Amino acid sequence: MVRANAPSLKAQLATAASEQIFFDRAAQACVTELVRGGTSLSGRLAALAGRSVMIATASQLTAALALIELDGVARRFTILPPDTAPEHLPALIACAEVDAVVIDDGTPPHAAFDLPLRVLAAPAIAPAGDAPPMQAHTEWVLLTSGTSGVPKMALHDLASLTAPIGAEHRDGAMVWGTFYDIRRYGGLQIFLRALIGDASLILSSAGEPIADHLARLGRCGVTHLSGTPSAWRRALMSPAIGRIAPRYVRLSGEIADQAVLDSLRAAFPQARMGHAYASTEAGVAFEVEDGRAGFPADMLERDRDGVELRLADGALRIRSPRTAQRYLGKEAAALRDSEGFVDTGDMVERHGDRYVFVGRRGGIINVGGLKVHPEEVEAVINRHPEVRMSLVRPKRNAVTGAIVIADVVLKPQTAAASDRSELAIKNDILALCREALPRHKVPAAINIVSELDVAATGKLARRHG
Amino acid sequence: MSIKLTIMEQMQQIAREHGKTLAPLTDDLALLDSGLDSLGFAVLVARLEDTLGVDPFTTAEDAMFPLTLGDFVKVYENGARQRAVA
Repeated sequence: MVRANAPSLKAQLATAASEQIFFDRAAQACVTELVRGGTSLSGRLAALAGRSVMIATASQLTAALALIELDGVARRFTILPPDTAPEHLPALIACAEVDAVVIDDGTPPHAAFDLPLRVLAAPAIAPAGDAPPMQAHTEWVLLTSGTSGVPKMALHDLASLTAPIGAEHRDGAMVWGTFYDIRRYGGLQIFLRALIGDASLILSSAGEPIADHLARLGRCGVTHLSGTPSAWRRALMSPAIGRIAPRYVRLSGEIADQAVLDSLRAAFPQARMGHAYASTEAGVAFEVEDGRAGFPADMLERDRDGVELRLADGALRIRSPRTAQRYLGKEAAALRDSEGFVDTGDMVERHGDRYVFVGRRGGIINVGGLKVHPEEVEAVINRHPEVRMSLVRPKRNAVTGAIVIADVVLKPQTAAASDRSELAIKNDILALCREALPRHKVPAAINIVSELDVAATGKLARRHG
Repeated sequence: MSIKLTIMEQMQQIAREHGKTLAPLTDDLALLDSGLDSLGFAVLVARLEDTLGVDPFTTAEDAMFPLTLGDFVKVYENGARQRAVA
């Protein structure tokens, strides 16, 4: 996989025809200026050459600029997501043999950052001095979004990360936006798509209300917009959804059920719509643009663009040049099996000519020995016309060990028009579940709630009970 | 509504939802013969926690699952009493 002479990210951008601007809520930076001899790293880029660098900026914008400058210069960089627990920093720094850190004026101080070299990044582009040697084949280290313990560190490079990005992603004048943070795999894909596609990019900002974010996307004229199904469901609940008119909408990171696809289709009838399957370890496996949940069954066991899908015990495995190479660390588990396939842990079932995702192997609820994937129940509940989103979770039960409970958020217009009682809606949802699901998968209780927690990853927060 | 009546009503509701026929609900009816299966009882316990605010089987570590309907009702009556005291 190692291509010693593959051009660096900056070298690939040198021919950009139009001016590229990256925005967040507070600042903006001209990427074109950076590529044509600017720096955001307070004149210290040369000092970072050959080092293992941790990118620990508070802002996505400064992180984005540092990534562009450091590919081809640093030996390795580790991209720190904003919500990394500080207590994990020493272990991560040791595992990746980090000897330099890039921070910005918002990075919270931490003793772990007392490294041989600390470089301050800022969104203001200054003229760079002599260009540093561009000879390193840089390793890109991404953290996995596990729920507990020290995150795993997956090793990628520019080639594996950009392999999914084809020529079709150059689509006229583009302005990309994303609900993701670019310091995780899903967001990084959008960062690279914007960058390589000569597009501008509108970054999310921590704590920004969804209505403000949508208004900002609208003002900047977003044409291509990407997020998790949970992020999209929240956006669809906001009246500010009318402020944007993207011509391409993309979903990934969670199961895109038919209800969210149909809602987006109704909100943006003219837009191209795709849902992608990707994970930090497996990379982007495929994108489907037919507006139907799941993926065509004939994708399995067939080599498409070098990507092979296979099923093992109901779970999807993927082999492709887009997967990470390995986890960092001597004690680390194997990232690929003996044949080079990554086990995703995502369970699928065949329905006619499609495979549909039913849930995570680790998230199964055991109801008296019978298995329930929360996601398959949620997909049924979300079909109800008055439901915006739902979370299915286990509840301890003396008889069957656990039982299925559902928390449901109604669409705003439903919540406002109280002519139908909550009880009537609950009974409706239960009737829908009883029609579509075996008895043990039907929720024992439905709670109507005003909102559901969405984690920093953009995914629905699941507490495994 | 009394605890006993609440329980009997919920049993009838769940039997309807699950397409089951209940035996006449007398105190000495064995729960195994009631017409509800274990999933039905699991749902009953979850629903009763919603309506009565107590799940006596998961709050008490050593709770034995009762054998008759009369004993089942008593467990909930005791649970409600303990809750009122606490």
